[in-house]
Amino acid sequence: MAKSNSRRDPIYMTVLIYAILIIVTVVTVYPIIRVIGISLRPGDMLHTTSLRLIPENATFDSYRQLFTEQPFLRWLLNSTLVSFTVTVIGVSLASTAGYAFSRYRFIGRDFGMIALITTQMFPVTMLLLPLFLMLLHLKIYDTFLGLVIAYSATALPFCIWQMKGYYDTIPVSLEEAARIDGCTQWQTFYLVVLPLAAPALVITALFSFMAAWSEYLVAAVLINDNSLYTLPIGLKQFQSAFDTQWGLYSAGAVVVSIPVMILFLLLSRWLVSGLTLGSVKG
Amino acid sequence: MARVFLKNVTKIYDKGVVAVKDANIDIQDKEFVVLVGPSGCGKSTTLRMIAGLEEVSEGEIYIGDRLVNHVQPKDRDIAMVFQNYALYPHMTVYENMAFGLKLRKFPKAEIEKRVREAARILGLEEFLDRKPKALSGGQRQRVAVGRAIVRKPQVFLFDEPLSNLDAKLRVQMRAEISKLHNRLETTMVYVTHDQVEAMTMGDRIVVMKDGVVQQIDTPLNLYNYPKNKFVAGFIGSPAMNFLQGTIDRDDGLQFVTDGMKLRIPDRFAKALEAYLGKTVVLGIRPEDIYGKEDAPALSQAAQADARVEVVEPMGNEIIVYLATGPNSMIARLSPRIDPKVGASLPLILDMNKSHFFDPKTENAILDKRNLN
Repeated sequence: MAKSNSRRDPIYMTVLIYAILIIVTVVTVYPIIRVIGISLRPGDMLHTTSLRLIPENATFDSYRQLFTEQPFLRWLLNSTLVSFTVTVIGVSLASTAGYAFSRYRFIGRDFGMIALITTQMFPVTMLLLPLFLMLLHLKIYDTFLGLVIAYSATALPFCIWQMKGYYDTIPVSLEEAARIDGCTQWQTFYLVVLPLAAPALVITALFSFMAAWSEYLVAAVLINDNSLYTLPIGLKQFQSAFDTQWGLYSAGAVVVSIPVMILFLLLSRWLVSGLTLGSVKG
Repeated sequence: MARVFLKNVTKIYDKGVVAVKDANIDIQDKEFVVLVGPSGCGKSTTLRMIAGLEEVSEGEIYIGDRLVNHVQPKDRDIAMVFQNYALYPHMTVYENMAFGLKLRKFPKAEIEKRVREAARILGLEEFLDRKPKALSGGQRQRVAVGRAIVRKPQVFLFDEPLSNLDAKLRVQMRAEISKLHNRLETTMVYVTHDQVEAMTMGDRIVVMKDGVVQQIDTPLNLYNYPKNKFVAGFIGSPAMNFLQGTIDRDDGLQFVTDGMKLRIPDRFAKALEAYLGKTVVLGIRPEDIYGKEDAPALSQAAQADARVEVVEPMGNEIIVYLATGPNSMIARLSPRIDPKVGASLPLILDMNKSHFFDPKTENAILDKRNLN
């Protein structure tokens, strides 16, 4: 506190900083407002060049169409199912694997860590063909299971590293105290370590969820069946060679972003640092 | 209540580093034993082996009559207080203390009773609903102690519990832990690098160095009869003075070093005969050196002159840094003496209290305990 009070920037710096902040905010927020605006336009005004944020004769028609005339609810359900499964798998595997990498010394530990980070070097497009072939051979091509495996495989390495890095900051003496207090290894993990790793768990959960929720490319390659479409591929259906239904497209985009926003809001209170404050001196 | 017995215990780490070598320590039931030594001497490793946090490479550890080498920490019936407190930050003070009892499926009423009692003893009653981060260092340390005592274990283990506290609080907690020991009458093993803590708290002290137990004895015996130069130098503050010199015979035996000739008491002569003409190390504590004008009547006094280099007045005493030839010494003198820096000061050394060490083995030459 004292530091920020004692440091007074000259006025031109303050102006500059605020100017940059305002520009960045506008650049970030404007497209979102635009999309909301377009989603509210009546059908005959989609190609208007008006810059009004809230269009004349604003209507929720596109939203009504989205839910009644299009299989949007089906896509929403599919995406929710896939994303939720990927999140559960991501959190449970990353939290346990990260713990093992952080606390135990075993043969292949260093190699494992390197191997995990190496997988992150390849772009998803490069992995598409081998993924496709593997899933085909496993006879889970064009299924949710195949999609979930593909998403989990791409999200897990980062999540494991992330969890491992966080566990490294939790003092080992806490676990020793727990072991003496009467915890089994498993109890030490879920009664003492896991609650303290909440911020990392939240990041892992969000990352896994997002990896599946907004992913287009892998889903487009691995899913053929209309009834299995997730939101990103579904939305793409509004775009055809000759015409794009911008109203539906925008309305869909707005609806898709709502769950993510809610998720962030709900989980943000866990995204606080210093959960281990006061446990140990040092 | 239990005896803790370490039999030929050795700890070798993965890379071949020997942390503890062939330690034999027999801790009696209800005894307060302090493991003391400089950092890296293996005292913490020894404690952690008793706790079960480190595996024993060789040897056996018994708690009570039970061999515990392969017993899990939770099943050893011990409690440990860590240097960094290791409180569970996501739990309140109450939950921290109740945690061990809950895991052991104690009835709720019993947990409540024990936690309240511990809180009362430690003065934590008003903090029970707080999280550790809302407590001061001293309070956190109290919670850590509370977490140990509610379990009523057979053995308490303390791993440098006071070293993170400020000096005043440390003295206060030191007395509180001693009080606690009297009250609980439980076996306690306490690790510290602070010899003052060791001397004031321990029934017996285990002095360690480089993984090897140097001497196990009561505080006063360690002070009066150190087995070797290391123990002699480690116990006592300011540390014992060591002077290198030779033994030669004049009227009787005398210790000769640059600028000093000190007459050796006759009752030491027999053991020192063997060193006639050879080099030995003389040890004398700062408190066994007196200013000549203020010296008590001593049966075996030796005189020497030394130059005063630094004077530290403490009020009740003065610590004087002295130089005699190439040797330097520290003396703890009465405040009635008024030494001037740079001046020569006539001293009286109480040779009855002197110690002699072999310069090679560093072992004590005299078996003073049996001489007296």
